[in-house]
Amino acid sequence: MWTDIIMVLLILTNMVVLGTSRLRACIRVVAVQGVALGILPLLHSFEWQLLIFAVLSIILKGIVFPVMLSRTLRQLNVWQEESPYVGYGLSLLMGPFALAFSSWISLRLPLPYTIHSTMLIPVALFTLIVGLFIIVSRKKALTQVLGYLVMENGIYAFGMAIAYHQPMLIELGVLLDVFVGVFVMGIAIFHISRQFDHINTDQLSALRN
Amino acid sequence: MRDYAIMIIQPAAAMVLAPMLLGVINWVKANFAGRRGQPLLQPYYDLWKLLHKSAVYSSTTSWIFKAMPIVCLSAILLVTFIIPLGFGKTILSFNGDLILAAYLLGLIRFFIVIGALDTGSSFEGMGASREVQFSALAEPAFFIAMAAMARQTSSISFSNIFSAITPQMWATNSATLLLVTAAIVIVLLAENSRIPVDDPNTHLELTMIHEVMILDNSGPDFAFLLYSAALKLWIFAAILVGFILPMNVMPWQISIPVSIAAIFVVSILIGIVESCMARLRLVRVPHLLFTAVALAILALIFTFRN
Repeated sequence: MWTDIIMVLLILTNMVVLGTSRLRACIRVVAVQGVALGILPLLHSFEWQLLIFAVLSIILKGIVFPVMLSRTLRQLNVWQEESPYVGYGLSLLMGPFALAFSSWISLRLPLPYTIHSTMLIPVALFTLIVGLFIIVSRKKALTQVLGYLVMENGIYAFGMAIAYHQPMLIELGVLLDVFVGVFVMGIAIFHISRQFDHINTDQLSALRN
Repeated sequence: MRDYAIMIIQPAAAMVLAPMLLGVINWVKANFAGRRGQPLLQPYYDLWKLLHKSAVYSSTTSWIFKAMPIVCLSAILLVTFIIPLGFGKTILSFNGDLILAAYLLGLIRFFIVIGALDTGSSFEGMGASREVQFSALAEPAFFIAMAAMARQTSSISFSNIFSAITPQMWATNSATLLLVTAAIVIVLLAENSRIPVDDPNTHLELTMIHEVMILDNSGPDFAFLLYSAALKLWIFAAILVGFILPMNVMPWQISIPVSIAAIFVVSILIGIVESCMARLRLVRVPHLLFTAVALAILALIFTFRN
């Protein structure tokens, strides 16, 4: 039952990310999503190894990422995603269709193991699709970074689905987390902030030139 | 005997108590603002006053304008006979009454809109166009939410759905119920022209929707429209309460007072929402309704997963 509640939380946070234009709210919501995912592996089995990874990922996603992103937000003085390629109403309607699509896909996906919750795989796929959609449909670089994090949360959730049988996958997932975190924070934000300061534009296409 | 008693009490309670909901909302708003406010029974006084006046008809209007309040009142009374209060069947309960209720509400909207257009006033035409635009989004949300509940409880009449909701369902399928509740709350606020969508207090403002469409009605006609608006609020509150509260754990003597009390709690919540929120900008309203549609579709998807 707790897994299901976390899955609902995941879906609702995805919908919020799809529907809000305020970047600060988006950062908070993605942090909540990361923390909820961090708790997930501890619900089924308790091992010290798992606990360490869970604590690590909660600290990283719940504290380090939001703090860093909020700081960049303050430095850049950008608070809102003004005119995305796909409007918020349409994005919100896209959400249920993405969930339906991922439910349909997950039914035809042969899995080697039985899974605790039937919702885990579709929700993981849904989170992945939402992340990709945010990256594609938004203009502000910061929102795209958030989309990247949401997508990564989806991958993490997917790993969780079979982590019970393969502890190695969790480790790899968390390692990937850290790598993605360092990559995103270190390189992307740095470049973006530099470019924003110099070129003073809010469109990513301008970054190419 | 027991069934007949329930069948008579349900619509009678709705018809007698519905205007009181508006009084309660006004009372809550006045308390929040620190005013003394109108008496709780003010809506009844208003109705009484209007019924003793005579109606004025503009020379540009046709029979449509005169038929509109009567059609609205009779259709909404039919809906009150469909929606049960608490546990048990109503006089008009049958399999599929969900659809009839939704379309009767649609018929009311249609008549209010053509009545407004019939006056030939551009002001009312503007209100009518807004009403149609927003209800085109609110209606799918309502339908999909009802479809989710129908699928969840495997029944297609209000009385069966209401009595199929149990505490166990809240434990196992809380996701569906919560999402449907959220969608229905948004639809309730939109359909009854409450604050995030429309401000019922503004008169002669360019932003209003429902009030502007009935500007030309007067006397008993206006009383009919006010009374049907109150009944509509009662009906939506009753649907919300029926979807939330597990009614069949209690005997009917308790379930009817409990659901009436819950409907008044809903009206207090509406009053609190109205006191705490500002009306949304008109361009943002579709966004809110899209949220309701999305929540309802999510609820429907959840029911398919089970």
